Amino acid sequence: MLYTLLCYNKEDVVWSWSKEEDDAVMARLSVVHEKLVKEGKLGTSLRLLPTTAATTLRGGDLVIDGPFAETKEQLLGFYVIEVESLDAALAVAKQLSAANPTSVYEIRPIALYVPDARPNAPTQIIKTY
Amino acid sequence: MTDMAWINGALTAARPQAIGALLRYFRDMDRAEEAFQDACLRALKSWPENGPPRDPTAWLILVGRNAALDGVRKQSHTTPLPPDEEISDLGDAESALAERLDGSHYRDDVLRLLFICCHPDLPATQQIALALRIVSGLTVAQIARAFLVREAAMEQRITRAKARIAKADVPFEAPGPAERAERVAAVAAMIYLLFNEGYSAGQDPARAPLCDEAIRLARLLLRLFQTEPEVMGLTALMLLQHARLKARFDPSGEVILLDDQDRALWNTNLISEGLALIDKAMRHNRPGPYQVQAAIAATHSRAATAADTDWAGIDGLYLALERMQPSPVITLNRAVAVAKLHGPAAALAMIEPLEMQLAGYFHYFGAKGAFLLQLGRKNEARQAFDRAIALANTPAEAAHIRQHLDRLMQQAG
Repeated sequence: MLYTLLCYNKEDVVWSWSKEEDDAVMARLSVVHEKLVKEGKLGTSLRLLPTTAATTLRGGDLVIDGPFAETKEQLLGFYVIEVESLDAALAVAKQLSAANPTSVYEIRPIALYVPDARPNAPTQIIKTY
Repeated sequence: MTDMAWINGALTAARPQAIGALLRYFRDMDRAEEAFQDACLRALKSWPENGPPRDPTAWLILVGRNAALDGVRKQSHTTPLPPDEEISDLGDAESALAERLDGSHYRDDVLRLLFICCHPDLPATQQIALALRIVSGLTVAQIARAFLVREAAMEQRITRAKARIAKADVPFEAPGPAERAERVAAVAAMIYLLFNEGYSAGQDPARAPLCDEAIRLARLLLRLFQTEPEVMGLTALMLLQHARLKARFDPSGEVILLDDQDRALWNTNLISEGLALIDKAMRHNRPGPYQVQAAIAATHSRAATAADTDWAGIDGLYLALERMQPSPVITLNRAVAVAKLHGPAAALAMIEPLEMQLAGYFHYFGAKGAFLLQLGRKNEARQAFDRAIALANTPAEAAHIRQHLDRLMQQAG
């Protein structure tokens, strides 16, 4: 089964982490990521810029500054994983959560997966943040 | 599992809203601050044991308010007791309060707090000190170090600011639209001043965090004014400038100019957020000085190498800025772009008429010396550099000009 793991947290807290704190969380997460890669479970994953950088389009022509919805916790990023069951997906989420304990992970099954079709689709990590 | 770094982050993030709400209850800055401190102490005890509350900000507001009411009750028997439900068991009340906090008060509370710190009766130095103390939660000692004054003097500055606000009898109602726009501009100006305090200090460990604080305050303001292009511009400007921090100094602390910086050291994290914000701002077609300055910084950020810089674009942007805010300093900046486009003679001709106005300005003589040097007028260049050194604001600035002078001496010898 394909699942996404949606990672939520308070972005004002996360984006005021010092570089050291951020690096420490990312280092703990990358241990989990590498393990998942070895197990052949990890698909694409993304980390998003804060919602202040977001723009929302409603009704085809109404452009609104900011995210789709004002929420207490914001979507900060997501993973695509392939595992056999919800229990297995939860097991993956638990490992991520142990590395990043203040974030909340929503496990959501994928209904349609379309691969990156760009001719020069990156095969390496692109870090724009 | 609740680690201390997370708790400290949560307390700092909750601070503006929590103090803003406590100020609404008590209408007294000192009492609001004390109540918040009290709540933080309790959080440090309670959260590691019991785990963090679902809504840390609501928890802090409620606990802070109860602690303060408790204090009042103990102090004075003449004060009537608060209604029981206000000091009832926290677990029950928290969820109800959390819901109430959701929409309505957040914006007004934080805005009021920012407006009070930037009250027009306060001089800029007091505005900055107050904002760092009240909104950012820096200690008086930290602020004093950052502004190179003794702790007692900074304490006094903050006390004076608070006294002035108390005397000014600040209205607690949200201001009307016209006044609001004015006050937002004052908050933006305070934030940018604060940023420049940190920016000019470079890597001084006591002062560099001022840039981070300024960016944090700008993000806070941006969340309150998500559709205001100048607030986007201000935030973008600071993000793009701060992104170059690591590349701006060599290991001995000497200034490295934009042209000579190692662009691999630029912080791509801050740059992509800054570029995203300036893109959003420009869509509004309501240009302003912060947006134009951010667009200039963005032009530099987009150039892969110094040679790729779109100097014509930068020249045009400075021209736009000159029209918005005529100032010899802006003309001086534009001259750097003109030198790249049309050569040092054109640039020199542009800045020479400014000499009277900029007679005390370090950067004027630095730029003049550089243009003269490019034209081979070494003696005049040396005179300009000498004046620049005499006017330098920091040792790093003086050292940078001395490098030019040393090069001149070597060529002469």
